[in-house]
Amino acid sequence: MDVLMLSRLQFAAATMFHFIFVPLTLGMSVLIACMETAYVRTGNEVYKKMAKFWGKIFLVNFALGIVTGITLEFQFGTNWSRYSAYVGDVFGSLLAIEATAAFFLESTFIGVWHFGWEKLSPKAHMASAWLVAGASNLSAIWIIIANGFMQDPKGFVIRNGRAEMDNFVEIITNKWAWLQFFHMIPAAMCVGGFFLMGVSAWHLYRKQNTEFFTKSFKFGVTIALIFSIVVIGEGHIHGNNMSLIQPAKLAAMESHWETQRNAPINLLVIPGKNGNLVEALPIPGALSFLAYNDFNAEVKGLNDIPEDERPPVLITFLAFRTMVGIGTIMPILALFGWVMRNRLNEFPQYMKLLPYCIPLPYIAIWAGWTLAEVGRQPWIVYGIMKTSDAVSPVSTGQVSFSFILMCAIYTLLGAAGIWLMIRLAKQGPDDNSPIQVQA
Amino acid sequence: MMEFMEMGSLHYYLAMIWFVLWGVLWAVYFILDGFDLGVGTLLPFLAKNETEKRVMYNATGPFWDGNEVWLISAGGVTFAAFPYAYAQMFSGLYTALMLLLFALILRGVSFEFRSKVDSKTWKKVWDFCHVTGSFLPALLLGVAFANIFRGLPLDETGFSQAGLFGLLNPYGLAGGVLFTTIFVMHGALWLCIRATGDLQGRAESLALKLWPAQVVLTVLFLAYTAVDTQLFSNYLVYPALFVILALPVAGLVLMRTYLGARRYWMAWGSSCLYIGGTALFGVAGIFPAIIPSNPNPANSLTIMNSASSELTLSIMLGVALIFVPIVIGYQFWAYKTFATPIEDKDMKY
Ligand code: HDD
Ligand code: HEM
Ligand code: HEM
Repeated sequence: MDVLMLSRLQFAAATMFHFIFVPLTLGMSVLIACMETAYVRTGNEVYKKMAKFWGKIFLVNFALGIVTGITLEFQFGTNWSRYSAYVGDVFGSLLAIEATAAFFLESTFIGVWHFGWEKLSPKAHMASAWLVAGASNLSAIWIIIANGFMQDPKGFVIRNGRAEMDNFVEIITNKWAWLQFFHMIPAAMCVGGFFLMGVSAWHLYRKQNTEFFTKSFKFGVTIALIFSIVVIGEGHIHGNNMSLIQPAKLAAMESHWETQRNAPINLLVIPGKNGNLVEALPIPGALSFLAYNDFNAEVKGLNDIPEDERPPVLITFLAFRTMVGIGTIMPILALFGWVMRNRLNEFPQYMKLLPYCIPLPYIAIWAGWTLAEVGRQPWIVYGIMKTSDAVSPVSTGQVSFSFILMCAIYTLLGAAGIWLMIRLAKQGPDDNSPIQVQA
Repeated sequence: MMEFMEMGSLHYYLAMIWFVLWGVLWAVYFILDGFDLGVGTLLPFLAKNETEKRVMYNATGPFWDGNEVWLISAGGVTFAAFPYAYAQMFSGLYTALMLLLFALILRGVSFEFRSKVDSKTWKKVWDFCHVTGSFLPALLLGVAFANIFRGLPLDETGFSQAGLFGLLNPYGLAGGVLFTTIFVMHGALWLCIRATGDLQGRAESLALKLWPAQVVLTVLFLAYTAVDTQLFSNYLVYPALFVILALPVAGLVLMRTYLGARRYWMAWGSSCLYIGGTALFGVAGIFPAIIPSNPNPANSLTIMNSASSELTLSIMLGVALIFVPIVIGYQFWAYKTFATPIEDKDMKY
């Protein structure tokens, strides 16, 4: 394999791994801050217990989120040096602002939160929880603005042989980026909601700590219901904007080949190399309508896009279907739980199912990013720079070495971390001793 | 390489300001992460039982992450202010940097993971990660920065031809040894502040023993620098710059004085002065290069051929002027609140 392919794989692996932990951090930090607020408001100890229990799992997750992020920050230089040199004037400043404005806050106050239970007043402790939650979500804004620049570059000029910043305000008000942000945050809240539901259901099914976990469940299910609806609605708006700016991504994610008006969505599609192998069950006009809010809009097909500017169709297509499929299941699951929230013990099958649903929003998020990133190919900065021009002039040996080592370390850490989180979740809120294992 | 600015223009002065800030950021990073890397390296040498190990983890527990963000910021600022240098430096130092990152990853999770499971093997694994993950970054940072002070073999595009083994030259290794010693000393002084009883006593006597070694190493390293590198050339042109050397010297003297008087905060502060002074001494020596080229100085990555546009530099300056004081404010508060002698209730790991 060449350096380009290895670097792409390494980047994909590193970001995907970061993104096992990021969504839970984003969602759960807010939920925990809400629990502490409820504690400060009502003085009810159960809320404090909730914040501590969920916080314990959260801390393991947070640690993994942090350490995997550090690699990413430097990967633009190590693996994508020509990219960094070319757009660094715009892109670098966004990463630097993220660090100074968000990461400092988040990393300092997570320490304060963790070590502050006895040293701070409940109010001050609650404030530190909100600072962590706010800073995490603030960091998401900046990194997504950076990603938005790659999707729909704005506010720059090509000068001195590179992309230089021309209008900072245009860069940070990039519509694409804000659509991504308002899609990503609800998605992360869904992760938090389904996490609370799944773990609570596991305990409720076993009739342990019923009061504690009923409260947690109700909180989780409400969040999951609200935000799984928001994420769909916002996704639609996001898709409209995307269709206008990156028609190749639209064509690839629907595996749509012929340019046509009143374009259908085929429920059953098997994409092939130069057209669909199978195409059945069309809904007439649906694609035109969903993409452009007009049944008669023309949708560009892959046949009219030069072959070297088409993204990998199969991956993009599957990613989109996976995301939307899960996006359809989630509100149904959440709605059922919310309606039946006071009679949960009548539905043991549902409660048994929920822990297995925790991965659903995660998978949707990975699929979403895969769609966004793979669907942007062959461009690294849409319309400005190709991915193949961006890679560092390093040797295959160097990249292979780091890639293999990274995969090994990440696999072990990921396994250990997820195992720990599961064990801590199963332990329940009353047991604070270290996990016992048979040696 | 193309130059983006003319000497004496506003753009040039902005770039100069950013060069200074860039140096200061690295200095602060070494000061802050230095002590937690040092404490981590000392784990097997100072802790005699499980409780003492836990004290050592908790001594840096609330701070290590906030400290590491100074590294992220130093990286981010290199990217924002000198993108070309960022690109060439990090790809040029590819393998060394990756090893540094992996080490930091293993160390970072060891804090959170170790205490969660009651098993000897489990704890041993994470202790191992913690110690290597603390020692290796100290060493690698020393090797990398010594090489930067000395200059890397850059080609016409500013890309380093050294590879990992090219960095392991005698001067680079000397830098590694010096950094490790400095960080270990810094960590021992930190333990004097936060540990109590026997552990504190051991940290103190280690610091006392280490001090002469640190003095000797500093002098030898300076002499080696004079012989093997061009770092002193700026100093010979502007002898006033030698004032910077007063910082590490004062740091060393005060460190010993305060340690003798058992005023640990002041001793640790003197160590900060020493580290900051040493870093600035190096940075002032390489100006206007960010990565000097050796043997071919024309290939150096300098503020002229690496800096961002005037607009980016000024926006970043605005951001820094607003946020950095705020960051310093709350980090200072966090240190004041949490860096107390460790009691039972402070043991979270
Ligand atoms: C939508 C949100 C989001 C996205 C797209 C990314 N991250 Fe991230 N990142 C976070 C949201 C986040 C976070 C929620 O703020 C984290 C995760 C867990 C955590 O502790 O903070 C974090 C941690 C984190 C850290 C450690 C910060 C610390 O020590 O406190 C770094 C250096 C990065 N990230 C860098 C990156 C880079 C270079 C990315 C681009 C590929 C990236 N992240 C994608
Ligand atoms: C965290 C969520 C993200 C995930 C899961 C993700 C996933 C991916 C994947 C799968 C690729 C490989 C695509 C391919 O090569 O075909 C990729 C490429 C890339 N992405 Fe992302 N991405 C994420 C966020 C970001 C962000 C926020 C940025 C920038 C700020 C970014 C910048 C890049 C770059 C520079 C590449 C390299 C080009 C390439 O490999 O094709 N990504 N990403
Ligand atoms: C069912 C309705 C949904 C629609 C119509 C939709 C639409 C979209 C579209 C068009 C994109 C690509 C935009 C781009 O290229 O940047 C996208 C990306 C993404 N989707 Fe969805 N989505 C839906 C559901 C979900 C769900 C349920 C989740 C997760 C819980 C999710 C998470 C994401 C993520 C993380 C991204 C990448 C970041 C971004 O581009 O915003 N989506 N979505």
